[in-house]
Amino acid sequence: MPKLLQMSLLCCVVALAGCSLEPWVKPYERDHIADPIMSFDRDPVSSSYIHHVYEAREGARGATGSAGGGCGCN
Amino acid sequence: MRAARPVAPVAAVGVTEASLLMMRALGRGILQKGLALGLLTAPAFGAVLPEDRADVLYHSYYGGGVTIQGPSLLVRKQFAGKFSASANYYVDNVSSASIDVVTTASPYKEERTQYSVGLDYLHDRWIMSLGFSSSEENDFVADTFSIGISQDLFGDLTTISLGYSLGDDQVGRRGDPDFADSIQRQHYRLGLSQILTRNLLLGLSFESITDEGFLNNPYRSVRYLDSGSPLGYSYEPELYPRTRTSDAGAMRLRYYLPYRAALHAEYRSYADSWDIKSDTVELGYTHPLANGWTIEGKLRFYSQDRAEFFSDLYPRSQYQNFLARDKELSTFTSQTIRIGGTYDILEAGWRFVERGSVSVMYDHIEFDYEDFRDLTQTGLAPGEEPFYNFGADVIQVFVSFWF
Repeated sequence: MPKLLQMSLLCCVVALAGCSLEPWVKPYERDHIADPIMSFDRDPVSSSYIHHVYEAREGARGATGSAGGGCGCN
Repeated sequence: MRAARPVAPVAAVGVTEASLLMMRALGRGILQKGLALGLLTAPAFGAVLPEDRADVLYHSYYGGGVTIQGPSLLVRKQFAGKFSASANYYVDNVSSASIDVVTTASPYKEERTQYSVGLDYLHDRWIMSLGFSSSEENDFVADTFSIGISQDLFGDLTTISLGYSLGDDQVGRRGDPDFADSIQRQHYRLGLSQILTRNLLLGLSFESITDEGFLNNPYRSVRYLDSGSPLGYSYEPELYPRTRTSDAGAMRLRYYLPYRAALHAEYRSYADSWDIKSDTVELGYTHPLANGWTIEGKLRFYSQDRAEFFSDLYPRSQYQNFLARDKELSTFTSQTIRIGGTYDILEAGWRFVERGSVSVMYDHIEFDYEDFRDLTQTGLAPGEEPFYNFGADVIQVFVSFWF
């Protein structure tokens, strides 16, 4: 079987498996995950400010986990 | 964007008979409070609109001769059951006598004001987002449009998100009415949040950014050896390439500890077409106390390699096509330590406010440059000055209300 066809079939199987995937952490087991202290971005007003502080003083930018278009400040 | 504590209507989906039985079994206590505020008001994952919330923040940065302070106001409100609108007003009041300014120019003051509005639309398991932001200062105007979409998959264990932003900046130069240029910016974002176990969350982010236009600072200069100058060197304007493309990828983990506290770890890798490469590592801890306080701490380590055209001291004038002596493009490391606390207020509610909190965050950042020299140290041969370093103190005080 051509390799591309094999890969496509594998992708289809994975996709179909995904559609019928049973969540391994049940909704009633998500009390810890739902706790506000587990939020990646508990205070957006604060995190966007601190990202701005770093972006203005460091060469790196992006993938901070929050939106924001960048102020373009030099 | 995902809410820290999603809202009630969708939350009801997460309330099953089993979960109610479990909650009864758990009895009273902190965990129950967490359930009441979290699980029963909504699962953390699941397509939900962000909470209705207002924040008033005052920020202050002081370091390296630069003082920046001002307010930030953020309000978010749902309407018609499927929409959430947000608005942000942000100000930077800058007073600068930084090392660049004191060695090549005069201290200055300026103000930057930014307005942002956003709209999220919830449909089934999808959230579509639109945003517009406008930032203005006396020599720079930046407008940014953004769109995004996110969807929950696999029993709400996984959330994927895609985003795109288009920025249009107008660059001016104080004291030079004839100077005008522009920058076009495009951001492409991909994100994934994954519940790995009942105590462990994973977040992945990727972002590519392309810039095209006038990318250097119109006031900064580079220095080059000049035997005819009393100092042994002279200055000439910086000159950057007119394009820049960057890629960044980050992985975040958040782990719930048995006694109700959270640990988080983060790693980000970055590279761009100017040959800057950087790594960021962050470790943090959040601990709610019984008396309404939540305390947190964080350590952050950042390191980067210089842009390929950066030099602290060029051998001669116009030494190469592109010239930069901007310390943000040099080789350096920074270390941050944060301590902060949040105190819950109005827990019984007041009028239309359900609850509130007051937060104070203090960050101390140390910057250590490895090829950018401190030219305030005089009497030394060019290129023999010590490397520059400075510390910065960043304070945030903010009040938050949920309604």
